[in-house]
Amino acid sequence: MSQRDAYVIGGNRIPFARSGGKYLKASNQDLLTTTIEGLVARFGLGGERLGEVVAGAVIKHSRDFNLTREAVLGSHLDPHTPAYDIQQACGTGLEAAILVANKIRLGQIESGIAGGSDTTSDAPLAVNDDLRKTLMKVNYAKTPQQRLKALAKIRPGQLAPEQPKNAEPRTGLAMGDHQAITTKEWGITREAQDELAVRSHQNLAAAYDRGFFDDLVTPYLGLTRDNNLRADSTVEKLAKLKPAFGKGDPAATMTAANSTPLTDGASAVLLGSQEWAQERGLTPLARFVDGEAAAVDYVHGDEGLLMAPPYAIARLLKRNNLSLQDFDFYEFHEAFASTVLCHLAALESPEFCKQRLGLDEPLGPIDRDKLNVNGSSLAAGHPFAATGGRIVASLAKMLHEKGSGRGLISICAAGGQGVAAILEATA
Amino acid sequence: MTDKYAQLVNHGIGKKVATQVGLPRPPRLRRYEPGQELLEGPAAVGGIGQSPVTQTVAAVIKASGGAVVDAAADTTYADKPAAVVFDATAARTLKELEELRAAVGPAVKALGRCGRVILIGTPPDELADAEAAAAQQALEGIMRSIGKELRAGGTANLIWLQGEARGDSAALAAPLRFLLSSRSAYVSGQPVRVVAGDVPEVDDWQTPLKGEVAVITGAARGIGADIAHVFARAGANVIAVDIPAAGDALAKVANGIGAVALQLDITSVDAGERIAQAVARVGDHLDVIVHNAGITRDKLFVNTDADRWGSVIDVNLAAQFRINKVLLDPATKGGLKDGGRIVAVASTSGIGGNRGQANYAASKAGVMGMVRQLSKNLADRHITVNAVAPGFIETEMTSKIPLATREVGRRINSLLQGGQPVDVGETIAFFAEPGSAGVTGQVLRVCGQSQLGA
Repeated sequence: MSQRDAYVIGGNRIPFARSGGKYLKASNQDLLTTTIEGLVARFGLGGERLGEVVAGAVIKHSRDFNLTREAVLGSHLDPHTPAYDIQQACGTGLEAAILVANKIRLGQIESGIAGGSDTTSDAPLAVNDDLRKTLMKVNYAKTPQQRLKALAKIRPGQLAPEQPKNAEPRTGLAMGDHQAITTKEWGITREAQDELAVRSHQNLAAAYDRGFFDDLVTPYLGLTRDNNLRADSTVEKLAKLKPAFGKGDPAATMTAANSTPLTDGASAVLLGSQEWAQERGLTPLARFVDGEAAAVDYVHGDEGLLMAPPYAIARLLKRNNLSLQDFDFYEFHEAFASTVLCHLAALESPEFCKQRLGLDEPLGPIDRDKLNVNGSSLAAGHPFAATGGRIVASLAKMLHEKGSGRGLISICAAGGQGVAAILEATA
Repeated sequence: MTDKYAQLVNHGIGKKVATQVGLPRPPRLRRYEPGQELLEGPAAVGGIGQSPVTQTVAAVIKASGGAVVDAAADTTYADKPAAVVFDATAARTLKELEELRAAVGPAVKALGRCGRVILIGTPPDELADAEAAAAQQALEGIMRSIGKELRAGGTANLIWLQGEARGDSAALAAPLRFLLSSRSAYVSGQPVRVVAGDVPEVDDWQTPLKGEVAVITGAARGIGADIAHVFARAGANVIAVDIPAAGDALAKVANGIGAVALQLDITSVDAGERIAQAVARVGDHLDVIVHNAGITRDKLFVNTDADRWGSVIDVNLAAQFRINKVLLDPATKGGLKDGGRIVAVASTSGIGGNRGQANYAASKAGVMGMVRQLSKNLADRHITVNAVAPGFIETEMTSKIPLATREVGRRINSLLQGGQPVDVGETIAFFAEPGSAGVTGQVLRVCGQSQLGA
């Protein structure tokens, strides 16, 4: 099979909502189905059989084992469209896009949707482990006596449900507390973080105001914009907040405002081959050039939990013969303001680039005016698996509007992982 | 959006009581479903003199699967006629009006449920002789009065057939079929002017828009959503447009009919271009644009402000000019084809005015002014420009009107009820169909012959 190009044709997402709010009653399946439906309507895909739909959710009920396929069946797509779920923490959405793009490039499929959904409002609550073991014993008991004996072991303490935690299983530390360590190591100041956060809000608000999201976002349950967005955010206001992570450290810098809140939402991106797009009169917005995932050993390897993206970027640039400065847009997911700042510092650092990335020269600085120009996760919020799709669709549109150039995407993920990708404007 | 009164007096005990006490009972109107017969009974057809129009009428009805009987004086009808069509185009003297009375009277009396009365005349302004003009103008008075006398969902309408069109059977077919059919359920008491037009052959009059590309603005809800449904049913590839904030409802409408959803503020500077781009994705050119999007910002004239005033005029009227300008430019890829259709939505408020709605009435009256002039300007390109003027239509918007006002609006028309959004959609689709090439510059009321603004 010959290799050819894969293109981003468009995208759709619902406004992202702070958890426990507007989407409290919506399930992951509701969010993903609605998002796919919006994409189907935008591109007139009703009844169309696509090559595949790939999506996932990070926080997922066991009943949602076939989340994406169920969403497809609940949509107006041809039910003969296959689908599968993936999960790579916050990298899910971007990884899904890489998978679909790769299959298109290989000629295995002509078109596909990549997406993701997450809601911490519909988080699965499991029975705690003690109770589960007891109930399994009851289940396997052969006689009524054995069953009664097993049931008698239930204690009030076992009735408390086990809640999903936003913490790394191997360290027990919350992601923010991990990042607080890295932030301190890299000497990222509170002011720099707050400035980045304010700019994210201002950029996102301006993008909404100029109608940038008119063909990228479909309202849902009364929301027309991301409700984490604070258009009137200022550095002065943010300076008043108390630290939320790294508590106990008098020099802690990470607050609720320069960290992303838990958010509910979903996104979907339409990808296809040139021919497929042409047959339907659709305009490819950008070429999906390449993608790379990386992981770091944050458990015993002396690397920060969220520091994998620089590794992914370095390998991606090398493979594509590009320098870090060869881009017109940088879309660095803002898990925390300090994550982005640590990545930028690392890419500029001769020591880091030499010792960790094995490069003779540092990758160098970027033009900060090209970074997250239409806002990012600090303003929009971050429904884990939905962030990749949000970024891919927005960047593709930015490149199409500009009519030339290249964009770099970088997303950090739990488990010490990171995913990066390159998009290029169609000629 | 349900008419509870109509339900009450048409069922069970409520029906009994209403009949005995003499309360008005709004009839249930026959509405169109795909595959439906044009008429539920024969059409009584008659005329004055040996006019070719009479023969055309009979031929059109027969070709559409209907039976024709002769509407002559002193006829007793074995089967209840479903329609009476009387060709009075040749009437030139007042004496001939008696011929009309004698022939049409018995047929109207025998008319079945949801019957149709259609008179066909010669536009009085074409006639130099004063008596001839008077005789023709009399038709309008007769038609409007019959409309008010009809019961059980009957409607009466008048077709003014202009000079050349009297010898052009094709131009008459689509308007006649529309007014006979259940698609015109809520159109009554209206004159429609038909001129000779470039009418193509239509394979199937039930799907006249097959393969055509139609843009409908304000399609997310209310009347716009129903327009989209009617257009899809008629075979059109629909591009459903509404503001981004209504995108979720818009997506549902679009996916329900296999249409494309375009989230777009029609007042934005690039609205026309973006519509054309969307059209170019679906086909070579645009066949129909329906300017349905509209807003209200009610306030007494003396209390209103520049913002309320301006936004209503911008959305309801000015935006149409800007969008039309782009779509009518022959250089625009995805622009309106020669022979295409522009349909706008006016309102009976624009005709009769409404307290607190000077801005809205201005915009809707403006739509009528635009339609009448633009139709002339575009005649050489065979583009027709028309408007519907809905009366009281049962929508989410009208369900919020206070009860007493709402009841008045609903009842003061010949059909004793509000219209359905689909009724507006049917009339717009009629303007859009290829067979309506001879209908242009018209404002057709869809109001059940409402007394408001009459």
